[in-house]
Amino acid sequence: MIRIYVSTVIDASADSVWGRIRDFNGLPSWHPGIVDSRIENQQSSDRVGCIRHFHTRDGGMIRERLLALSDYEFACTYEILESPMGVEHYVATLKLTPVTDGDRCFAEWSAEFECAEGRERELSDLIGGEVFQGGFNALKRHFARR
Amino acid sequence: MLQRVLRSTIIDAPIERVWAVLRDFNSHDRWHDIVAQSRIEAGQGSSQVGCVRNFALKDGHQIREQLLTLDDAQHKLSYCILEASVPLQRYVSTVTLKPVTDGRRTFWQWESTFATPPGQERELRDMVAKGVYEAGFDNLRRHLQQGADLRTPGSAPMPMGLPLACRRVTQSAYGGPEVLVVGDSEVPHPAQGQLRIRQRAIGVNFFDVYLRRGWIPAMLPLPGTLGMEAAGSVLDVGEGVTDFVAGDRVVYMAPQPAAYASLRNVSAEHVVRLPAHVDDDTAAALLLKGVTADYLLRDLGRVKPAARWLVHAAAGGLGLLLCSWAKRLGVRVVGTVSSEDKARLAREFGCEYVIVTKDYRFADAVKQHFGDGADVIVDGLGDAAREENFKALASCGHWISLGQVSGALQPIDPDLLVSKSATFSRPVAFAYVPTKASLAERAQRVWDGLGDGSIKRPPIERYSLEAASRAHEWLESRRSTGTIVLLA
Repeated sequence: MIRIYVSTVIDASADSVWGRIRDFNGLPSWHPGIVDSRIENQQSSDRVGCIRHFHTRDGGMIRERLLALSDYEFACTYEILESPMGVEHYVATLKLTPVTDGDRCFAEWSAEFECAEGRERELSDLIGGEVFQGGFNALKRHFARR
Repeated sequence: MLQRVLRSTIIDAPIERVWAVLRDFNSHDRWHDIVAQSRIEAGQGSSQVGCVRNFALKDGHQIREQLLTLDDAQHKLSYCILEASVPLQRYVSTVTLKPVTDGRRTFWQWESTFATPPGQERELRDMVAKGVYEAGFDNLRRHLQQGADLRTPGSAPMPMGLPLACRRVTQSAYGGPEVLVVGDSEVPHPAQGQLRIRQRAIGVNFFDVYLRRGWIPAMLPLPGTLGMEAAGSVLDVGEGVTDFVAGDRVVYMAPQPAAYASLRNVSAEHVVRLPAHVDDDTAAALLLKGVTADYLLRDLGRVKPAARWLVHAAAGGLGLLLCSWAKRLGVRVVGTVSSEDKARLAREFGCEYVIVTKDYRFADAVKQHFGDGADVIVDGLGDAAREENFKALASCGHWISLGQVSGALQPIDPDLLVSKSATFSRPVAFAYVPTKASLAERAQRVWDGLGDGSIKRPPIERYSLEAASRAHEWLESRRSTGTIVLLA
């Protein structure tokens, strides 16, 4: 089992950052690596169990199922159903925690998965770096511009 | 109504440095301005769960607080107020740190719940939130900026550099179970290539009894500590260890004994990570025995369907493991045991025929059941069963001597083997796991077997580490069944 953990501090309240990332169908509007997204079977994008179907910038198709969504804890958990990355049993959580001193929040993105032997490093770099840190960097840039 | 206060901040220092200060339950008088004096009562260690700190605050108040939990892997601790001149009732507080991975900073959350006398809710909430938590954030920030944590004696920069107290079973003479004595000891920071493991379950093997009696003094110089295997969590790692991190659940079998302790340093070479479905007790009870069963069946015994195996001590840990696993592979197993109760257990685990004998007489019964005799004998009995074992062996049979409960086996004459074209083996488990990869592979087959039901888990008897000598008495009484673990 591989575990990835990436965290950062974003200069905006947990409420505002959550407003930007809570929509399970909204990746293209804030994550630079994602070009399109739709929810399968016309389900609502905050319905637990719904499946998002999206493409990355390099054309890869990924399907992910929403496993948990909590507006109270600012957290969202999902699993990968289909992807070109070659990961198995992939479950990830994106979570915000308010920082009480100052208008900012602590953001964590973590994943657990299995993969073929020898690919651990490459996949950790891809997921932890381009996907998670890449997403955080975009959020930090967005909220710094305000 | 229960009051809740929560405050959080970001500290510009890596988590290890912040944690090194906060995990010391006696550190507040060095960095928190409201605390004038702090001491730990009753001479306990200041990171010992259960220890009580006694605060004198600068405003004259007195507070006694007890450390409830301390988790180095999660960077989390909790404590409660036992007694205070401030009217905070049922006060329980938690401190959590998390790393900010893109900048070597630390997220720190400090929270509590408590009750107050009516009318004082707001006043006390403010006091806790501002006077204790927010002021504490600022004070610690200043303390770290000044580098005071690196200079002040008693607050080492890295907690993992410190030796840690543990309980350990030692013997200063060879002899009976009574030579095992439990006492306090220390385990230093792990050396290069080592892991420091917080052990929760320790496997007891009959081999430990041989060492305790002084049969192989070279392996257990005095004073010495027994134990070849244990399961627990990695506390910290030595230089050069890259494949384990603090918090990993692990089990090990090491060729040098010293497992009868609550804490131990062990070379990462002998350690494997545990899958979630295998609990600590099972892992500690079955690693060495499982690896032994694995090499017996796959390598030494070259198991074939319908092969005829004779397994002595069939209701012991290794015996039961072998019975169920061998049966699943199509082997016919006859076992010997010393009582009817054990016979029932052995049959339940797949033994097709069980011989109950207290005086090591079984050859005739084996030959009657198997015809020619046994193709493979797994022998833990030793010298008293020497003649019977040879008699029970089929032509071209393989006699595997693993132990000698009844006494050291006298030398076997090669000419004796000729008469049955027999093979004699005297294997050592560690020779079958010469590399980390081979240990991981054999262990994985054991976990898989337990997971998919092809190995039935033998019963586990549990003793406290403090009662190690009683566990040995029980093992030697020949009344025990299954496996024994010590819980630390």
